[in-house]
Formats: sequence, structure tokens, C-alpha cells
Amino acid sequence: MSLQPFTLVTGKAAPMLAANIDTDVIMPKQFLKGIDRDGLDRGLFFDLRFLPSGAPNPEFVLNQPAWQGANFMVVGPNFGCGSSREHAVWGLKQMGIRALIGSSFAGIFHDNCQRNGLLLITLEQAVLHRLAQTISQADQAQISIDLEVQQIRLADGRLIPFQIDTLRKTALLLGLDAIGSTLQRSEQIKAFERQHLATKPWLG
Amino acid sequence: MFHAITLSPLMGQEGWLGWADPVERARKKMTARTLYDKHIDSHTVCALDDQGHVLLYIDRQVINEYTSPQAFSGLREAGRRVWRPGTALAVVDHVNPTTPKRVATMPDAGAARQVAYLAENCRDFGIELLDVLDKRQGIEHVIAPEQGFILPGMVIAAGDSHTTTYGALGAFGFGIGTSEIEHLLASQTLVYKRLKTLRVSVDGELAPGLTSKDVIMALIGQIGASGATGYAIEFRGSTIDALSIEARMTICNMAVEAGARGAFMAPDDKVFAYLKDKPRAPQGALREQALRQWRTLRSDEAAVFDREVQLDAATLEPMVTWGTSPDQAAPIGARVPDPQHVSDLILRQGMRRALDYMGLEPGMPLSDIVISHAFIGSCTNARIEDLRDAARVVRGKQVADHVRGMIVPGSTQVRDQAEAEGLAAIFIAAGFEWRQSGCSMCLAMNDDVLAPGDRCASSTNRNFEGRQGAGARTHLMSPAMVAAAAITGRLTDIRHLGEHP
Repeated sequence: MSLQPFTLVTGKAAPMLAANIDTDVIMPKQFLKGIDRDGLDRGLFFDLRFLPSGAPNPEFVLNQPAWQGANFMVVGPNFGCGSSREHAVWGLKQMGIRALIGSSFAGIFHDNCQRNGLLLITLEQAVLHRLAQTISQADQAQISIDLEVQQIRLADGRLIPFQIDTLRKTALLLGLDAIGSTLQRSEQIKAFERQHLATKPWLG
Repeated sequence: MFHAITLSPLMGQEGWLGWADPVERARKKMTARTLYDKHIDSHTVCALDDQGHVLLYIDRQVINEYTSPQAFSGLREAGRRVWRPGTALAVVDHVNPTTPKRVATMPDAGAARQVAYLAENCRDFGIELLDVLDKRQGIEHVIAPEQGFILPGMVIAAGDSHTTTYGALGAFGFGIGTSEIEHLLASQTLVYKRLKTLRVSVDGELAPGLTSKDVIMALIGQIGASGATGYAIEFRGSTIDALSIEARMTICNMAVEAGARGAFMAPDDKVFAYLKDKPRAPQGALREQALRQWRTLRSDEAAVFDREVQLDAATLEPMVTWGTSPDQAAPIGARVPDPQHVSDLILRQGMRRALDYMGLEPGMPLSDIVISHAFIGSCTNARIEDLRDAARVVRGKQVADHVRGMIVPGSTQVRDQAEAEGLAAIFIAAGFEWRQSGCSMCLAMNDDVLAPGDRCASSTNRNFEGRQGAGARTHLMSPAMVAAAAITGRLTDIRHLGEHP
């Protein structure tokens, strides 16, 4: 499965700065019963997005006019902690989220985003704080992310550079199918496996 | 004393961490290696760049019904086969009911579809399945060690965050998402980035009534819910040495709640004895050969870790959580903390939100918190020793009138053993529901769900908002502490309740 490449994306960035937003909150249990990836946009942040009546919660950031239809979120520390459920990432993608910008992300969530072409940008706390202040103003919510040159461009023209591993960057830019790439190394894997099982036969 | 508040992941951590000199560290790393290094080195097919990415060979994987369907669909769509089907073991655990009489019928159409699709996938791709009626069925991280499927020196990945549990056997286990499951099924490998290493030294004797759950909860409170993000933890020290294998599993299991992507304990004679008669563990000459290699599985004396943390087990008290993140924890003798005393804005808002969700007032003694439910279960704390701990507490007593007490054994085998030992009879006499095995109310994917406003003392691993049911409130603690709370009807210091572990 090849992914939608990430090159230059422009859109609104929504702030969600609470710490430790876990994947149970991002995608509650009642949306995990599928055998495909469909319909997860409905479940995204369900308990925050909707009131008990089922109506949209006007206080939730993605329901507010300034950030409705956001393509990016600026998030608090340890975003995506907890359960390994990739449904959380599928839901974000289906809602149109292309990148998350934060100070730290949980490990499994980080890998899940990468495997779905969802860009994670990690910034220093102070830089993130200033970015959050900017995009929290309704008329400053629009930003552009240029992965090629590793820059975030704010509405007022300011640029924020960011770091990313070359391997991740290349995969995102090209929308590479990781399994296809790995299977090109099948002979290497087989050779390793033969040696591994010969020296540790109890692993067979 | 509220570790979680004074030492948050947002605040400076340098004050309490020993940082090694980088030049010295680099020099020593040339030769001396940590147990983590040894696992990664011995499983590296090839390096993929000079930024730490490798193609990592995976020895085993455990598969469940809810994180695997889309991975198998991906294989089907691409016409790919499973690389080595014998290295995978599948089990139904997340969605099945736990009603006292075992039934194969699932509680809803979605669950039924997932269970049926898992069976179809296992049949078509040649993977062994322990279905809900199998006597070996249970929570994946309970049954995999039980079956001897996990051995020291292995690298294991599975579509469940609590795969870290296997570190207690000297294996390296870590959780992965569904795309990675597909990658692993297709290639027996993962594209992997090497972690940093954190050594946690736990020394001192645990006071009576304290368990390994209190150790890991205190650690998470100390370093925070992201305190070990980007790290593999190696636990060492006299406290760890003295623990049973099952107690060690509890610690490695919950290491992920501090953000760790893996947790280790060097395998010792207790591990080797634990494995001796396990169905899939090597026997005879093969075991002897394996033992020689397993005994080398420890960090070199001169190995240097990227970070070091110390924990004094002798000063610990029974721990409970008061908030909605596992690091929002405190000793049972403490009071609900006051957000006003926290200077960091995000943390203060987080605490306010947590207390609001939990329906608690600052300054209230934790032992005044009245519960409606008591749940003993999960891959963290539902093994036979956990049930023995709980049974010692409740023997001859009654669950409080206003409390619903539920016991969900970690596996069908644990359930059978508990019945044979007379533990089930003790629980039933005390008024607990004695149920079948599964993940159950740890994450409430099946029909074991709390209602809004319910408050549960729980031996599980996550107190997230909505985890056990939308609007439900979870307090994490050891199984013995859950048992004590069930009897008194409120959070209770186990040390004040007669018999304890």
C-alpha cells in the first residue's frame, strides 16, 4: 500500500495542548470493533467532540469555526500515549490531519503515524509554546509545512525550522511502501535467519 | 508527598538523574554493552542508515483479534504470505465475554466478526489459534509466558502496548501498531530505531503488604508518564532479585506507562526454573544448550546507560492513583493534591481537569474515596500469585454492600488453578463474581463496561478518561489493595486490614 506523499501542505493548525492525550481519548473503545479502517473519523476524540446528546460540543477546538477542517494540530507533551491501537492514527488521517506538532510523542504512536504518512514534528518546548500562542489566534491559524526544506511557515511569514531523520523524511516525501522496500532484502533476511537459528536452535 | 506533581515530565529532570560524561560513555560503549545492546546487535539483519535505523529480526509475535484484522487484509490485498507462521501465536482475549459460563458467542456483531476473521486468517496463513473455548486461552501476555512461548534472549513484537511484559523473562518485547504487524508477518522483521537506555535500580526490602505493583506505580509517579519515552529500561537491584517471575512481569508490563518502549530484567535461576516445564520451552539437551547462552544475557559490568534512576523500595507505601494518568499517583496515606500548588500552567490545567473528571476535591484523604466497583484482572495483575494475594485479604470477609466485585483471571489455566487451590471458593463466598478469562474491564472492549460516574478500584494499568467506560472513574492499585477496597467499600491501606501479602 503506497501512501499519500507529504511535500508542501497548507492548512489550519488547531491547538490541543493538554499533556498525555492518550489513544483511548483519541479513539474510544466502541470504534475498535471493525475489521477494516472505515468510519474512524466519526470516533475521533468522540467524548470530547460530542455532547451526550450527540450534538457537536461547541467548546471542542475542532468544532470551533477558526479551526474546523484543520490539517494540523499543535499538541501537548506525550501525545498518543497508552494503547497501541492504530485506529487513533487512521481516525486522525480520515479527519484530514496531515501533521502533528508537539514537544514529545509516545513511541508506538510515533511509529504508527510514520507508517501512515502522518508527519510528526518535534519542537523545543519554548518554540512550541510560541507557535501555539500564534495559531491560537483565529486569524493566525493558517500555516504551511514544507517537508523538503524542513520548515513551518506561519501566517505572518515567520519560519520555524524542524529536524527529521532522513529515512523518515524520504519515506514521507515519496509515500513509500515499507513492506515492499523491506522485501527487496529477502535474501539478506533469509541468510540472517539461517545463521540465527543455527546458533540458537531452540528458537526454531 | 506527591511525586507526580513535583517531578513532572515538563519540569527539569537533571536534578535527580545521573548523567554520564558523553566522551567517557562513548569510549566504554566501544566494548561494554547493555543487555538491550546485546539483544539489538544479535537481531540486526543490517543497518539501514547512520542514524540508528536497523532492520531488526523478530523471533516471535502474539496476535489478537482486534489489532490484527487490517494487517491480514493488507497481506491478502498484496498477495503476500506470512514469512514464518510458526513464530506467531494467536489468541482471542480483548472482545470476548467473561461471563462465568464459557460461551463462544460474542457480545456484539463487531466482536463476532473480528473473532471469525481471526480464525479465517489463522487457518489461511497457517498460524496457531487459541480460541475462546481453548483451555490455554487467556490474555496474550499471560498465556505466552505460560506456554513457554517467550524465552530469554528473544526479541518479540506484538500489536499490544503491554508486550513489554516479556522483559521479566530476559526477552525484549515491545508493542507495535497494525501496519507493523503486517510488516512483521510479511518479512519477520521491522524497521527499527535504536533506543536510549535507562537503568532503574530498585533496592531495599518491600514492607509487608507492598507488592511489585507499588514499585512500578511509584516509579511512574517519580519519572512521569513520559519519563522513559525513547528509552528501554533495565531494572536491577536487590528488590528485583527478590521478586517472583510473575511479580517482575507486573513491573515490566507497566513500564510502558512511563513511556518505555521495552523493559528488561537480566534472566536468573528463577527464570530458568520458571521455564523448566513449560510446554513450548526447550527440554533436555536443547535446554542445556540454551541455558549456556541464557546465562550470558546480562549487561556487561562496565556498560554505561544513557540515564540512571534509583528507587528505594524500603520507603515505599501502598500506591493508588487519584487522576487520569498513571503518573497521577500517591501513597494511600496522602491527600488529593491541590492544583493551586503547581506552577506549570499545562500541568495545573491537567490536574484540574483530572480532579473534575474524577469528582475529587483537593485535600480530601485518599482513604475517604468511596468506590462502587472492584476489579481484579488484566495482563498486569491477574496471575495466580495475584489471586492468592487477593484471596488472603478477603478470606472470611464480605464485599461491601454497595460494591460490585469482579475477578477475571488472566488465563483459563490460572482460573483452573485458582479453583483447584480453593481460591475461587474464597472469592465466591466473599461475594465476588468469579468470571472467565479475558482483557475485560481493563479496557472494556467487551461487555464488561462501567457506567458514567462509577468508581472502580482496579488492578489494571490505565486510569485514562473513559478507559473502563465513558465517564467512569478508575483508581489503579495492587490486587491486594483492590481486595481491601472491595471489603471496606473505599480506598484502604492494606496494612490496616489484617492479612496481607
